[in-house]
Amino acid sequence: MSVFSFAVTRTFSVSVQNIRPLCKLLNGGHSGTNVQDFLGRRNSSVQTRLFSSRPLNPKVPEFPTWEPVPEDQLPPPAQITADLVDKLERLALVDFRTKQGLECLEKAIRFADQLHVVDTSGVEPMDSVLEDRALFLRDDAVTEGDCAEELLQLAKNTVEEYFVAPPGNIPLPKREERAAMLKHSEL
Amino acid sequence: MCPSSVLQSNAPQHLIGVVGLEIHAQINSNTKLFSGSSVRFSAPPNSLVSFFDASLPGTLPVLNKRCVEAAVMTGLALNCSINRKSLFDRKHYFYADLPAGYQITQLRRPIAVDGVLNYSLLGGKKRNQVIRKTVCIKQIQLEQDSGKSLHDDVRSQTLIDLNRAGVGLMELVMEPEMSCGEEAAAAVRELQLILQALGTCQGNMSEGQLRVDANVSVHRPGEPLGTRTEVKNINSARYLARAIDYEIQRQIDVLQRGGTVQNETRTYDSKSGETIPMRDKEGLQDYRFMPEPNLPPLIVYEDNASLPTGIEACQAVVVQKIREGLPELPSVKRDRLVQTYGILPEHSFTLVNEDGLVEYFEAVLRATKKEPRKVIGWVTNELLGHLKLHDVSVSQSPISPPALAELLELQETGHISSSVAKQVFQEMWRSSGKTAPQIIQEQDLGLVSDAAQLHSICQKVVDSHPDEVRAQILHSYS
Repeated sequence: MSVFSFAVTRTFSVSVQNIRPLCKLLNGGHSGTNVQDFLGRRNSSVQTRLFSSRPLNPKVPEFPTWEPVPEDQLPPPAQITADLVDKLERLALVDFRTKQGLECLEKAIRFADQLHVVDTSGVEPMDSVLEDRALFLRDDAVTEGDCAEELLQLAKNTVEEYFVAPPGNIPLPKREERAAMLKHSEL
Repeated sequence: MCPSSVLQSNAPQHLIGVVGLEIHAQINSNTKLFSGSSVRFSAPPNSLVSFFDASLPGTLPVLNKRCVEAAVMTGLALNCSINRKSLFDRKHYFYADLPAGYQITQLRRPIAVDGVLNYSLLGGKKRNQVIRKTVCIKQIQLEQDSGKSLHDDVRSQTLIDLNRAGVGLMELVMEPEMSCGEEAAAAVRELQLILQALGTCQGNMSEGQLRVDANVSVHRPGEPLGTRTEVKNINSARYLARAIDYEIQRQIDVLQRGGTVQNETRTYDSKSGETIPMRDKEGLQDYRFMPEPNLPPLIVYEDNASLPTGIEACQAVVVQKIREGLPELPSVKRDRLVQTYGILPEHSFTLVNEDGLVEYFEAVLRATKKEPRKVIGWVTNELLGHLKLHDVSVSQSPISPPALAELLELQETGHISSSVAKQVFQEMWRSSGKTAPQIIQEQDLGLVSDAAQLHSICQKVVDSHPDEVRAQILHSYS
């Protein structure tokens, strides 16, 4: 542990992934080498990762280039009403009505609120990193299909080459019923 | 006729219908929109399904060039502006026949916008006036079709066939500018003719190649639009008119009784002629539209000059080329028939409206010296009347064009009178295969114009009725 904390003060870019090489070292991976010597050798002007044999990619910034946005610059926190939670649960089919779940949701929204600080006036929204690529157009010739057996094998329930589904969308129980269900399950 | 077309300057403001159509036209292509599986109407269940159509993980959409060309062609025929750059989006909802849980569509920037559909109705007192109307097309977008669900209520399950899942559709959204079922049916008929002429959609409503959903509301002219309902499950143009008219009347009745119209989805029951609320539709859906991350923007090029360097020809959709390749549209055809044959616009309208009738008409003209204006009546009245009466198509007509031409020749040259000709026509229809001359001879319907023969007939009559002749002579002398 102490070696580890020492390393943190000497070099600033120790990543969590280097725990494994650390273990290797402790198990005698580098025989005949003193940990101190090892650190000393590595303490050059170029910041490198402590226990990695490869130098850092120069494109990765050496120091964090961002700071958390101060609270006063953010818009007012979003109010999460019971209706909204109900709607979100219905859309995502995920129950998160617990205290933890709601806190997590609030934190996530707050984190995303940081985007509002950026001035995007006059900038076209990007909705795909593929926006510069040409969309490939396929020729209108039959190249696939005819694999009914293979596909049907994937389903638990089939009837004469048809997939089987329930008669309709099973309606989600009403909010009150679901709250009751959750209470029971939280036991 | 639609109530809105009747002048009501002093009458109290009546409630009138407002109809907007959403039409899904299945693109006539060999393969689906985003996969290489085949498109066919009937095939063993799930045999036309690729891994992508079944939404197996790891599959990606690959756009079919033919579908893009079909959408551009349709957009041009409907006077739309083609968007150089259009985008794909995901529309999310849960249903068993939509394996991915979302449908790839074009919401934000569809391929074509702001078009116009010109259509006509036969109106007036005698239904022989061609009334021209227009409806604006808000947009045309490319989207995926869903699979088919077969409901098995006995075993309380639904059977899913994904053969149709992923087939390319063009959704045409029309502005709510129509006011009754008749207008809607006429507009859809015109659209069917246009799509069939272009070859982009076979337009068969009963086979599901053309699906029409109607958004219907009522209001008083000048006031804001009322709450609308969506009417689905309309399987033919005829039912479309009835369903819309029923829904308009139902909404008027509700309002006049002091109730309110619910914003809901209703299905049309052809047996009862009524619209019934559809279960399984929970209030307002949130489709969580998001850009389709797997597809870059779709770019179409105006002409060859605007193609980027190095692009392969098979990767470019050029609007100019498609515009030049457009076939003759129905409206142009109608005008051409009027010009060429000197027939009236309403006749031309009737000819083009019926599958195969133009070809029939022209075949008759080739076999007779009679003027087109004299032939048209036989085709649009006698022939079409019989076809409609027996619910038979032109191709199934028991009287062929040459046979009809023969009959008309006989009438033209004076062998039979007009009324007899109609009689012979009916006989030819009933006993298909018999020619006009055969029937005329069998039933001795021929006109006699030989003077000597006429003389001998008259003589025979006179000779066989001596009393009447004497009475007549006496009468004429008194």
